[in-house]
Amino acid sequence: MSIASKYKALSKYARTNIKTYGLVIIAFAIMFPLQSTGTINNSISGQLVPICTYIVLAISLNLTVGILGELSLGHAGFMSVGAFSGVIAAAAFRDSVASDPLRLLIVIIIGGIFAGIAGLLIGIPVLRLRGDYLAIVTLAFGEIIKNIINCLYVGIDSKGLHFSMKDTASLGMTNGKIVLNGPQGAVGITKIATFTAGFILILITLFIVLNMIYSKTGRAITAIRDNRIAAESVGISVTKYKLTAFITSAALAGMAGALYAMNFSTVAPKKFDFNTSILILVFVVLGGMGNIMGSIIATTVLYMLPELLREFADYRMLIYAIVLILVMLATNSTKAKLITESVKFKIKGVFVRKNKDDSDKGEVTDNG
Amino acid sequence: MDKMVPYPSGAIVPERDVEKTPILETHHLGIDFGGLTAVDEFSITVGRTEISGLIGPNGAGKTTVFNLLTNVYQPTRGTIMLDGKPTAGKTTAQVNRMGIARTFQNIRLFSNMSVLDNVKVGLHNSVKEGFFASVTHSLGYGKAEKKANERALRLLDFFSMADMANADAGSLPYGAQRRLEIVRALATNPGIILLDEPAAGMNPSETAELMENIRRIRDTFNIAVMLIEHDMSLVMNICEGICVLDHGKIIAKGTPDEIKSNPAVIEAYLGKKKEADGNAQG
Repeated sequence: MSIASKYKALSKYARTNIKTYGLVIIAFAIMFPLQSTGTINNSISGQLVPICTYIVLAISLNLTVGILGELSLGHAGFMSVGAFSGVIAAAAFRDSVASDPLRLLIVIIIGGIFAGIAGLLIGIPVLRLRGDYLAIVTLAFGEIIKNIINCLYVGIDSKGLHFSMKDTASLGMTNGKIVLNGPQGAVGITKIATFTAGFILILITLFIVLNMIYSKTGRAITAIRDNRIAAESVGISVTKYKLTAFITSAALAGMAGALYAMNFSTVAPKKFDFNTSILILVFVVLGGMGNIMGSIIATTVLYMLPELLREFADYRMLIYAIVLILVMLATNSTKAKLITESVKFKIKGVFVRKNKDDSDKGEVTDNG
Repeated sequence: MDKMVPYPSGAIVPERDVEKTPILETHHLGIDFGGLTAVDEFSITVGRTEISGLIGPNGAGKTTVFNLLTNVYQPTRGTIMLDGKPTAGKTTAQVNRMGIARTFQNIRLFSNMSVLDNVKVGLHNSVKEGFFASVTHSLGYGKAEKKANERALRLLDFFSMADMANADAGSLPYGAQRRLEIVRALATNPGIILLDEPAAGMNPSETAELMENIRRIRDTFNIAVMLIEHDMSLVMNICEGICVLDHGKIIAKGTPDEIKSNPAVIEAYLGKKKEADGNAQG
């Protein structure tokens, strides 16, 4: 058997795994040396960590939108919870944990936990709703989170953390350091995020999400999406599995948020607004609902696009919008599908002729 | 077929079941939608291994009864006892775990999933696999999946569907989809299975096969079967007890022979449908 036919004999699950992990690992293997030797310019290498975080965000949102089938418009809210709880954790552990990677790990885990808790608290009321109503309420919760953090003041001194919702003066610190300064957000963050950390976080996210899809939990979640009434009739607790998916999605978004915050010296709550939620949703929709690899590719391309279009100056966003429309048309129109199919068929034809002695009939009959 | 004998309560069940608690009992069940009474005074008793039929003209409230029995609707009046335990206040998922499974009149499969996965969703509550096993694919994941696969394949094989296991459920022919729904319901290990028009859209040979399958389900799994059906030859052939519903009320209960000769039934239902009556005799 040739490698190609061996690959064909694998289960759909194994094939998806190989493709998705393979893509991420190859991309990292190419980008890492380029970045560490400084071959690529600064504007691109500065985008590497944000791209990693947005990939994680897109995959996690795909869990809610694509796999569970509920439209969530407040994903940036969970990112923000993760980012700011991560910032606070980073300040709290600054002296006790000397190693940067270890501190980053702690920060990411704490960001994930807090965002997961937020996911639970929001999920309980929100998941009772369906369709458009659910989408609008998640939007509202995203804004609520943003506004709460907007008036949150946190400081740290020798006695520990101080919280206030009023101003910095009411923190009651003698000579401490401000960690979170209301609308200004987090200031004076030590940048400890690295591209490698982002890569590992993507792998962890893929591990969790892909494993989950091909498991009892994933089957239950997909069953609820496909037919809620039938899923209930075979004894699946709809609330439990909706919450499971929602909390997992929120926790992963929180981890991504924490990594994101650790990549900048300042982060303002305003950054995590409705626009960011929509941006992540665009990545998911263009990559294909429920298609994890699609989310990764769409995020990378669409995130880099404005950067690459910099030479068009004023027309940058116009071209970006046109590209979005074209991608949407190409993935959704039947005519475009026919064209891609015929191209695929031609490529396959060449491939089959080359391997004539390798009598794998499956490839020929596939197109019959 | 066993003789139908009465319980002390007066309800008739097959002789073999009379010593045991009935699997399903309803008392004066009723539901109103706004001002409309959809079902009223619905009292039945189903023996542990009885095949029973629920018939009646269109709009009589048969599917509403199934929705009440599976707690899709909460009854306005009356009680349901499943295996001797009340089901009031439970969710659909909870009553399924108590031992009632169903199929749907308009097929409700998970059409984007494979045939095997559909059955594995049915096995959901008997697969011992926690969240962390799911996420890490360890901690007993392999063992649980292997067991689920084996059980699902055995169930599919019972209906000679094992060779379709990897096909998409939505791509199956109509008859196979109906069978798959039954397999999925059986996978939940119920004490009673409710079939909503299992023969709808089937040709005579498929219907004959279905009849054989329903008997095999009862004999192999030792469970009760209750079905809604318009095909009178099927109902009269395999049902031991029949309940006739019209305008939400029971107008007759009894054995197929009693139902066939019941003047109220003939007038309200069979009388209007000469062809159906002819089928029943033949």
